[in-house]
Amino acid sequence: MERAGIPTAVITNLVTIAEQVGAPRIVLGRGIPYPTGDPDLPPHAERAWRRRLVEQALVALATPVERPTVFEVGAQDVGAQHVGAQPEEATRA
Amino acid sequence: MMRVVHYINQFYAGLGGEEAAGLSPRLLDGPAGPGRLLDQLLGDEHEVVATVVCGDNHAAGTAGVTEELLGMVREAGAELLLTGPAFGSGRYGMACARLAAAGTTAGLPSLAAMHPDNPGIGEAGTAPVIAAGASARKMRASLQRVAPALAKLAAGQALTEQDGRVGRSARLGRLVEHTAAQRAVELVLRRLAGEDADAVTEIPLGGFDSVEPAAPVEKVGAASVALLTEGALVPAGNPDRLESARATRWLRYSVDGLDTLADGDWESVDGGFATTAANADPNRLVPLDAARALQRDGAVGGLHDELLVTVGNGTSVVTARRFGVEWAARLRAAGVQAAILTAT
Repeated sequence: MERAGIPTAVITNLVTIAEQVGAPRIVLGRGIPYPTGDPDLPPHAERAWRRRLVEQALVALATPVERPTVFEVGAQDVGAQHVGAQPEEATRA
Repeated sequence: MMRVVHYINQFYAGLGGEEAAGLSPRLLDGPAGPGRLLDQLLGDEHEVVATVVCGDNHAAGTAGVTEELLGMVREAGAELLLTGPAFGSGRYGMACARLAAAGTTAGLPSLAAMHPDNPGIGEAGTAPVIAAGASARKMRASLQRVAPALAKLAAGQALTEQDGRVGRSARLGRLVEHTAAQRAVELVLRRLAGEDADAVTEIPLGGFDSVEPAAPVEKVGAASVALLTEGALVPAGNPDRLESARATRWLRYSVDGLDTLADGDWESVDGGFATTAANADPNRLVPLDAARALQRDGAVGGLHDELLVTVGNGTSVVTARRFGVEWAARLRAAGVQAAILTAT
């Protein structure tokens, strides 16, 4: 998708795998079986968190990246990001 | 002299760029585009008698297109088929690999040319693939490798690494002097002696290639975004029988006019994780409710009216790469600028 010119935010809990396969835009989800949900939260809090998560995915789509980059929904710092491994390391696995 | 038919995409045929990617298959007399240079390089030995052309989106995203293209190749009286070079281009590479595979299966000596990292390379089946450069700047050098390989194929000879062959090659049984244990120890000793690890193997493994990130979306508030998942979310009852593991296909479902994915209407058939929480609220797997709310608030321009779905559980890299190319073709044709993919 990215190679074809369509920026694609991957929402997943398995960030290491996403980095290894070289996905450029990675958004940290809540759990493996529910990347965009959290059954432990009350319904209204879960919906509010999901909205922030999708907002973070939109931030990822609008951000230039050069290598696998992880975007997280922080407590205050929405927009937080950190750069993952160098592409050479990320893709040699 | 053998009759060569050459397959190329709309761009190399001079029929247009991305705007012409939906072009349906057509048959041209004689060589076209890079086929002219190929024809020269083949000399008097063989002749490019016809060129088959198809738009990249049409070739990568239409059911039955490979059979249709092979029919045209046959119609042109092909004794040899060359597809490409596709360089690093995914949709083009996919089409070239599939057509060469279909030709080989049908008994027509066929050859594809593309960069070794082309996502289509895994689709070539038993058809030989000759390495091309990463981009069209390497056209001449690539064809200079392809022409002798074609001549060798015409003579009924097997192509090897020395001919520039890349990708999967058939494993042929033969008798060897030493047992597997002896050969394994010998390989270990060679590695310890400092030989290149990638070269010291009897069975080369495929790796992950590196993905060039796409440019970001300039104005998300004006962009059309698609929702995708590899979490096997399908309408309740799985009407299209999506696999629970090792996907062979992907599906698309309309979310047009839906504000949320209601529980009971959808289910995940993924065999790789506990689906209870996702089935209780499918938005936990595909965030349609949140995306729709953001769309209403103007944070995103539009949502694509189809959800694209497959199952990532145990699905091979080669297959997943093909899905990616097909998804991108479909989304591009629909004017989608970006995507959100949930992965379990």
